[in-house]
Amino acid sequence: MTMLLPAVVTATGLHAATDVVPASEVVPGPFLAAPFLVLLPLLGAAVLLLAGRRSDRWGAWFGVATSAAAFVVGAVVFVAMLGLPADERVVDYRLFDWIVSGGLDLAVGLRVDPLSMTFVLLVTFVGTLIHVYAVAYMAHDRDRRRFFAYLNLFVAAMLILVLADSYLLLFVGWEGVGLASYLLIGFWNHNRAYAVAAKKAFVMNRVGDIGLIVALMLLFATFGALDFTTVFAAVPEASTALLTATGLALLVAACGKSAQFPLQAWLGDAMAGPTPVSALIHAATMVTAGVYLVVRSAPIFEGAPTAQLVVVIVGAVTLLFGAIVGCAKDDIKKALAASTMSQIGYMILAAGLGPIGYAFAIFHLVTHGFFKAGMFLGAGSVMHGMDDGVDMRRFGGLARYMKVTWITFMAGWLAILGIPPFSGFWSKDKIIEAAFVPVDGQAWRAWVFGGVALLGAGITAFYMSRLFFMTFSGRRRWNDGSGSADGLGPQDGPVQHPHESPRLMTWPMIVLAVGSVALGGILAAGSRFVTWLEPVTGHAEHHEPVLPVWSLIALTLLLVLAGAALAWRQYAMSSVPVRAPRGSVLTRAARRDLYQDDVNEAVFMRPGQYLTRSLVYADKEMVDGGWMGLAGLVGRVGEWLRGWQNGYVRSYGATMLGGLVVVVAVVLALTTGTAS
Amino acid sequence: MELTHYVVLAAILFSIGAATVLLRRNAIIVFMGVELMLNATNLAFVTFARMHGDVTGQVLAFFVMVVAAAEVVVGLAIIVSIFRTRRSASVDDVNLLKS
Amino acid sequence: MIASGGEAVLFWVLAPLMVLAALSLLFARKAVHAAIAVMFVMVDLAILYIAQEAPFLGVVQVVVYTGAVMMLFLFVLMLVGVDASDSLVETIRGQRWIGVLLGLGLAAVLVGVVSQATFPPAVGLALANEATNPVALARVLFADYVFAMEVVGILLITAAVSALVLTHRRRLTPKVGQRERADAKVAELPSGGRLTPLAAPGVYAQNNAMDTPALDPQGRPIEESVSRILRIRGQERSAGTILEAERDVLVEHEPLRALPALRAQDANERTVQAATSEHPEGEAPAGEVSGPDDPGRSRVPGVPGGED
Repeated sequence: MTMLLPAVVTATGLHAATDVVPASEVVPGPFLAAPFLVLLPLLGAAVLLLAGRRSDRWGAWFGVATSAAAFVVGAVVFVAMLGLPADERVVDYRLFDWIVSGGLDLAVGLRVDPLSMTFVLLVTFVGTLIHVYAVAYMAHDRDRRRFFAYLNLFVAAMLILVLADSYLLLFVGWEGVGLASYLLIGFWNHNRAYAVAAKKAFVMNRVGDIGLIVALMLLFATFGALDFTTVFAAVPEASTALLTATGLALLVAACGKSAQFPLQAWLGDAMAGPTPVSALIHAATMVTAGVYLVVRSAPIFEGAPTAQLVVVIVGAVTLLFGAIVGCAKDDIKKALAASTMSQIGYMILAAGLGPIGYAFAIFHLVTHGFFKAGMFLGAGSVMHGMDDGVDMRRFGGLARYMKVTWITFMAGWLAILGIPPFSGFWSKDKIIEAAFVPVDGQAWRAWVFGGVALLGAGITAFYMSRLFFMTFSGRRRWNDGSGSADGLGPQDGPVQHPHESPRLMTWPMIVLAVGSVALGGILAAGSRFVTWLEPVTGHAEHHEPVLPVWSLIALTLLLVLAGAALAWRQYAMSSVPVRAPRGSVLTRAARRDLYQDDVNEAVFMRPGQYLTRSLVYADKEMVDGGWMGLAGLVGRVGEWLRGWQNGYVRSYGATMLGGLVVVVAVVLALTTGTAS
Repeated sequence: MELTHYVVLAAILFSIGAATVLLRRNAIIVFMGVELMLNATNLAFVTFARMHGDVTGQVLAFFVMVVAAAEVVVGLAIIVSIFRTRRSASVDDVNLLKS
Repeated sequence: MIASGGEAVLFWVLAPLMVLAALSLLFARKAVHAAIAVMFVMVDLAILYIAQEAPFLGVVQVVVYTGAVMMLFLFVLMLVGVDASDSLVETIRGQRWIGVLLGLGLAAVLVGVVSQATFPPAVGLALANEATNPVALARVLFADYVFAMEVVGILLITAAVSALVLTHRRRLTPKVGQRERADAKVAELPSGGRLTPLAAPGVYAQNNAMDTPALDPQGRPIEESVSRILRIRGQERSAGTILEAERDVLVEHEPLRALPALRAQDANERTVQAATSEHPEGEAPAGEVSGPDDPGRSRVPGVPGGED
């Protein structure tokens, strides 16, 4: 703890500067436990899957135990890391040789440094809470054990991803979380729509994976190695063009995994999975893997300013995209998904800004993990109380019936809005501030991206408040079975009995709410979080944004409050129609995810299917046809030859005599030629 | 008249025998064609023996005769037994190799 | 070597005839004609062999080839069907042209070869045949080619055995021996069979023509001795009509007319004679028999107590 200097708490964060620390091969004692971070959840998954139905009774708690054990190990390593001086915190822990071939010499190892430990703590802590939540949420599901097996599998894969010391091992984890996501989204795959949603998620992830594979190929071709140490050391020698290409490929991968434009269409459909899945994977952890990738590959991006610009653009576009879509969604989970998409857009935007943005991207990632997971769990609690209904137009006035849910959700809501002193304020405002900083003296970028971030904050406030008010405030829009004609709620629809969720569900929500409230302040104090990440991200010199910092804060708050107020007026004060009104062009477009699915289908799906059909046709008709035609030709020639066998001795005799005559004639010709 | 004329005669007889084999359907006549061919060969042998002043040619012709006799015996026995079963002496009827 | 004038004449007479005969083998419609043609060729060849200082071979040619082989051919022709004639219409498409073409082609090629070849000056067999031709042949055969000769001997034996084997017909029905035949005859007795063979004309028969029934020991005519067809056609003659014809001859010898049987019979037989053509048994025997005429009974002169 000696290195956490009580520095001046300013928005810019003056601190003791340590630059990027090279990885050391020396593994301090407690770090040796690091492999267990992966092994424990992996063991949990294996046991639960292999034991089968026999483990149904204790399977859920076993899964919770392995996840909690992983958190304990992570905490141990974290504490040990805190005990080390900052320049000793980046450790490459080599485990064993993996690929030993002529061109590539790769070992499996773990990169234990502040960045990976941040993720480790986030994943295991939030993950364990969600495991506990799921014990109660999935209590009536007969496949609950399998659910926990997959959750453990996910945790193991995510930890491989963040702890990997090479791009290839990261890819292993990358694929692993993709697999776990597929399995979990399609958990209730007896419902065809859910299975299709899982497939869609997987396929779009795959498109992103191509980017990662291309990046791997480029790195291997250029540097001949795939581990972070070698690659980052050799980056200064590579050409900008190559780095740009690699950076763009990595960006494609990040877009796929983090549901950024243009690969964001799967996230909404992914809400088909059980709510704990949405909370853990599609809010807190898996979708943040893209941000991790970009931040981890910082040296590459810093050598390619064009790629960085593209990253920022993608982040900005997604930010607005998600916000607009979120305004029109009536499904509570889909609205939260759009919000996730938008917030990750913020993170990507920050990551693309360069050294000044990395730490804030991760900071926002951590706080977002808490408050978004908390809100998802709250949504799950609401659904649990409303008989698994998700249509917010059928909610309303639930605050009275679900107090704990209401309070914890409120904490998350305020955090995401960025109201001080909630955690979101600390992280998001930093991002907006960094966005307004002119990079390389290009002021237009500051204005454009800063403005976009600011606008996004306002829209976020609007739609998140809309969500909150539609659900908890206002009049009840559901049937309470009272048959009363007080005109308050419609008397049609199923009878609902909203109630608070059991303790196993509410306690995790409470913990996360506490995090949503306090974590931001704790981490921002003394810029300790930025300092903590410095061995990885490097020290960023402070630059002044184009607008003064205080004005930015004020402007942000203004927009946020305006948005919230608008939502209050429209959804809390007025009556919300139960059937969605037609809405404006933009509303209808937003309901259809701004036509992203239609574009995807028209541009990719149909031509792809047409291409496949043509290839099948070509294969069948031309290739197969060619070979079969050849076979048929041979057969026909054989048949023709067979006709010569007419069985008559005299024909055969004629053939023999003919041959004889020919032979003798030839011999005669030859001998008369030579001997005459 | 030269001795080669004998050989030419033998060649002509041989060809006629060969043509008979090809053109006639009655098995026995085909056989007779074969016999004619063998005899033509014998004539050639004898002529060559005379040419070279060596009776080896005649010995060979002798052997040919013996073998031809044996062959006729067996061949005709076959024809008879085929005739018994099929009531036909035409070589065209033994066409089971037809595919 | 230029052959002498006599040989030349011989050759030029025989050679065209041989070729013609060979061609008639090719074109003959009846198989027997073809066989005759071949025989002609073979005999001519024998003559040529003799002309070519190979007398032994010439004789062997006649004995073996013409005598044995061609006879064998003729026997088989007889078995197969002497008057079976081939239709000269060709069944295999194109075979006729191929045959003709190849035949001509073969002839052309062979004659070409022979005419192109340069032969050493002919030596003739005068020296080789000094100790007569068979002796010379024997010397070569039993000295140089003895092994081949033994093998050919085996071949001949094999050929003979094979001919037996090939034409052997397997018995399809069980062999009927004497015992079986006797049993079968006894079994047929109830249905009118007969144990004994068919009768000879008989001691008392006057003639043994086919249309006259034989006489059994009692002098009665045996019906089955005349062919069934003749019986059906009514062409059987009664034993009586013959004796009738001869009786006149006998009667003229007066001493015989003293026999009382003859005199009595005179009167009877003319009355019954007319209606006896289909019932030989009913016919009164044409013998001088006394006593009532009994159908089926005949009395022959001189037989004491002919009642049975």
